[in-house]
This record gives sequence, structure tokens and C-alpha cells, in this order.
Amino acid sequence: MNLILNWLGTLPGAAGQGLVWGLMAIGLYITYKILDVADLTVDGSICTGAAVCAVMVTNGVNIWIAMFCALVAGMLAGLVTGWLHTIFGIPAILAGILTQLMLWSVNLLIMSGRANVAITRLKYGDKVLITSAASDIYRTIVILAVFVTLTIAVLYWFFGTEFGSTLRATGNNLEMSRAQGINTNFAKVFGLALSNGIVALAGALLAQQQGSADINMGRGAIVIGLAAIIIGEALCPKLVTNFYLRLLCVAGGAIIYWFVFQTVVFIGLPSELLKMLSALVVACFLGVPYLKKTYFSKKKKARGGKHA
Amino acid sequence: MLEIKDIYKTFNEGTVNEKKVFEGLSLTLKEGDFVTVIGGNGAGKSTMLNIVAGAYPADDGSITIDGVDVTKLPEHKRAKYIGRVFQDPRMGTATDMWVEENMAIADRRGMRRGLRWSITNKDRERYKEALAQLDLGLEDRLSTKMGLLSGGQRQAVTLLMATMKKPKLLLLDEHTAALDPKTAAKVLEITDKLINENNLTALMVTHNMRDAIAHGNRLIMMNAGKIIIDVSGEEKKKLTVESLLAAFSKASGAEFASDRALLS
Repeated sequence: MNLILNWLGTLPGAAGQGLVWGLMAIGLYITYKILDVADLTVDGSICTGAAVCAVMVTNGVNIWIAMFCALVAGMLAGLVTGWLHTIFGIPAILAGILTQLMLWSVNLLIMSGRANVAITRLKYGDKVLITSAASDIYRTIVILAVFVTLTIAVLYWFFGTEFGSTLRATGNNLEMSRAQGINTNFAKVFGLALSNGIVALAGALLAQQQGSADINMGRGAIVIGLAAIIIGEALCPKLVTNFYLRLLCVAGGAIIYWFVFQTVVFIGLPSELLKMLSALVVACFLGVPYLKKTYFSKKKKARGGKHA
Repeated sequence: MLEIKDIYKTFNEGTVNEKKVFEGLSLTLKEGDFVTVIGGNGAGKSTMLNIVAGAYPADDGSITIDGVDVTKLPEHKRAKYIGRVFQDPRMGTATDMWVEENMAIADRRGMRRGLRWSITNKDRERYKEALAQLDLGLEDRLSTKMGLLSGGQRQAVTLLMATMKKPKLLLLDEHTAALDPKTAAKVLEITDKLINENNLTALMVTHNMRDAIAHGNRLIMMNAGKIIIDVSGEEKKKLTVESLLAAFSKASGAEFASDRALLS
């Protein structure tokens, strides 16, 4: 009984984590699902957002301004990846890796060479939006839910506009987009900037939630984001084509991810294995559809052969 | 209307795979010309269309559309003047977007795309009317994903998309080649109708000699990057497949080398 109560006690914390990462996954959704680009910049830009926010708050800057600056910093990171990809013709995945590595140095510079900038609760507790305190957890969840909802609303509006649909078309069919007069390079760069801006904003919230910005906090972020997207897709029946429902499912996917994560920790799996577990789960979900497809297409070929 | 002037194009220059496609290709279209283009394998038909559209740059020469030199314009900027339909039905539309969303994108070709909502109810009515003209029952499927339509339906919608914002020039690159004969005939019929109604200038590449003869007011035949036959008006109306083949042998000194063209 006690065990169950203890387990239930971990859930609000997991929901809080899940919402922050849900916001991050929504950012990633723009590149991964809409632009059809695996953007590895996010591993760096989530930390950039955290670092900018933490450094500014500890220097006495208003939290809203700090978070806005984190958003802009993330957008700049996306811009760099976008330019590397479109102007210099570097494959998107490599462009993201290059920017990610640059951001490692940039993030250290932002934090003046420190690997960790703490937003101590005693000193800054009343200056930040959300804290790591267990007593604040429900307030934290509400605030994060508002952020997620507002982001989904803004994206829903944006991707319904004339300009927003050029991003969707670009991710869908480059030839058609160019033939219809869409500047596909601009669309890609804009999408990467928008995506990384949202990811950095999630990073700023994450720094407040865990009470510090850490140079390593972005490691494997893309895998967690992808896991959230994949779980979200599994949650969301194929029939649901509504964009805001799909994004809501992604946020839900992130929350489930952290529920599972907390439960696995609670059961006593050594924490060293958790990243391995996340990566394996994502690899399975990405791999299974491919295996299915090759298996079935082979069958078809064999049948065609008989007729010929 | 369209002036292709002295185009040079070599692929893989300086390698063993070097292929000189054009060495001084020129072609001029008058306003309202509907030109069918036929030729053997590797004659440069598709390459010509792609160079006009800006999909590949020309090594030398110039492209002028309605008095505007577009040689240096990137593909997406030339799209202001050009409507295109591709051979592969998957290439002309965004398969994961709805029919109406695809049409809305085509509806803004050459215009600034801002932060207005992309489809209004008024637009939707217009799209419905346009789709009804195709006579394929698509007017009730505005919110169907494009990828769920058949190849013929998709080519028909792509044609509509290429012409709804009236282009100065319509480029059709074997747009019926991937379709079954019955569907191909239907799509060609729609092509004729849209070109006539909108009084468009068009270049249609086809591998089917009969189609090339039956459609348009001018026919050109290409071989090894050169235009070897160019007939129009009354003379074109008298063409038959046999006379065209004879003319080809005479002009090129070789047999016509395209099984596809001869068999269909």
C-alpha cells in the first residue's frame, strides 16, 4: 500500500517534467514532422535557452525578459543550422551536429566558463515563474500547461496562414513547392529557427524547474523529444488530422514518457541505464514500421514473380 | 511569349559520364501557341522544360518569358510566370495536405504569402467550382488528403493548380505517361479544355506520336539536343505517324529510337 502511495507521489513531478519536455517536443515536431528534417541542433539549443535564462535571472534581470531572450537565442541557433544547410548545402543532419557543437562553446561562454549556474531557491525563488520545490508542484503544472496550450494555439494559427502552409508544403514536396513559387530555403530556415526558439524556451523553463542550467542538460534531448512524438502518434488515432489535437498528443506523449521514466526509476532500475532505455525504445518504434514494410513488400514481389 | 535562345547544357562536365545535351538550342513560342514536343530517348525534351522552369541552370544562353529575362531567376521566382505538371503524379502535389490546401498554395503562386488565413470560405467555393469542371467528383473531397487520390485524379488537380492562377506559360512534362490509356485520354481532354478556355501558351512533352499530332497548333521533334522538325498550322493538321517517322529518318539520318513512342 505504502509503495503504491509512494509511487503515486512521484506522478505530479513526472507531469511537471513531462510538460516541459512536451513543449520541447512540440518544437521538435516542427522540424521532424513538418519539415521532415532530423534537427540535432536541439541538444544544444535547449541548453542555450537554459543558460541564457539562468545567467540573466541570477544577474537580476526580469524573468519574462530572460525567457524572451532565451527564445531569441534559440531562434538564432536554428538560423545558423538553417544557413549551414541552405546556403552552404550541408546535409541537414550534419548542419545540426555542427551547430550543436558550436553551441557547446557558446553555452560555456554564456555561463562564463562554468558548467553549472544555479538559480538557488532561497535567493531567486520569488523571481522565477516555476521552482523545483515539491510544495509548488501544482502551481508549476498549471503554469506549464498554460505555456503548452498557448504554444499550440500560436502554432495552430501560424500553420493555417498562407506563410505557414508554405512550411508544410516544403516538408511535404520540395519540387511542388518550388513549382508553386515557394522559397523552400527560406521556409526551411524559418522552420528551424521557430523550432529551436520553442526548444530554447522549454530549456529556460527546465532550468527554473530543476533550479539550474547545466552544460550537459541537453545531451540526448532529441531522443526524449522523438520518444514523446512517437508515443504521441501512437496515442493519436490516424483519423485525427486536427493539428492542435496532434500537438496535444505530442505533449501527452512527453508526460507518459516521464511517467514511465519515474516508474522505472521507482522500481529500481539503475539510472545509468535510462538513456540506453530511451534510445532503444525510440529505435524500436522507428525500426518496426520499416521492418514491416520490407517484410510485406518482399511478399508482394514473390507473388508478382509467380504471375510473370 | 517564350524565347529560348542559344542554350548550352552539359551534365557531369569533365567526367567520363559527360553528356552534352544542348549546344545552342533556340526556340520561340508566340502567345497562344500550344506546342507538342516529341523525340527519342535522351533527345533533351525534359531537360529543355527543366531549364525553362529553372530546375537546372543553363550553362549559357537566355530564357525570356513575355519580355522578362528570367535566365538568372531561381526556380521559385520563375514560378510566377510558369505553371507546371510533372510526369510523376506524386511530384505535382503535396500528398499529406488536403486537396483544398494544395489548391490554396497554387492559388497564391507568384504572390506574397503573408499571415492571412490560407483558405477562406469564398476560396473554398471557387475551388469547388473549379473541381466540379473536371467532372471527376472531386468537388466533394476538398478535405481529402491528396495522397489518397488516384494518379489520374492527382494529375487533373495538378493541371488545375498549374492553371488556376493564369500562367504566362504552361509546361507539361509527359504528364500522362504514368497513367493508363483511358485516364490519360481524360487528362488530355482536360488539358485541351483548360488551355483553350484560358488561352494559354503551352509546351507539352509527350512520348505518344498520336497525341503529339492530335493536340496543339504546332509540333516540334527533337533529336540529340536539336529541333529537327518544326511544323505548325495547316501543315501540322496533315501529319500522320507514318509521315512523321519518314520525316524523322530524313532529318536525322537514323531510325526513330523510342520503343515507347512507336508502341503507343
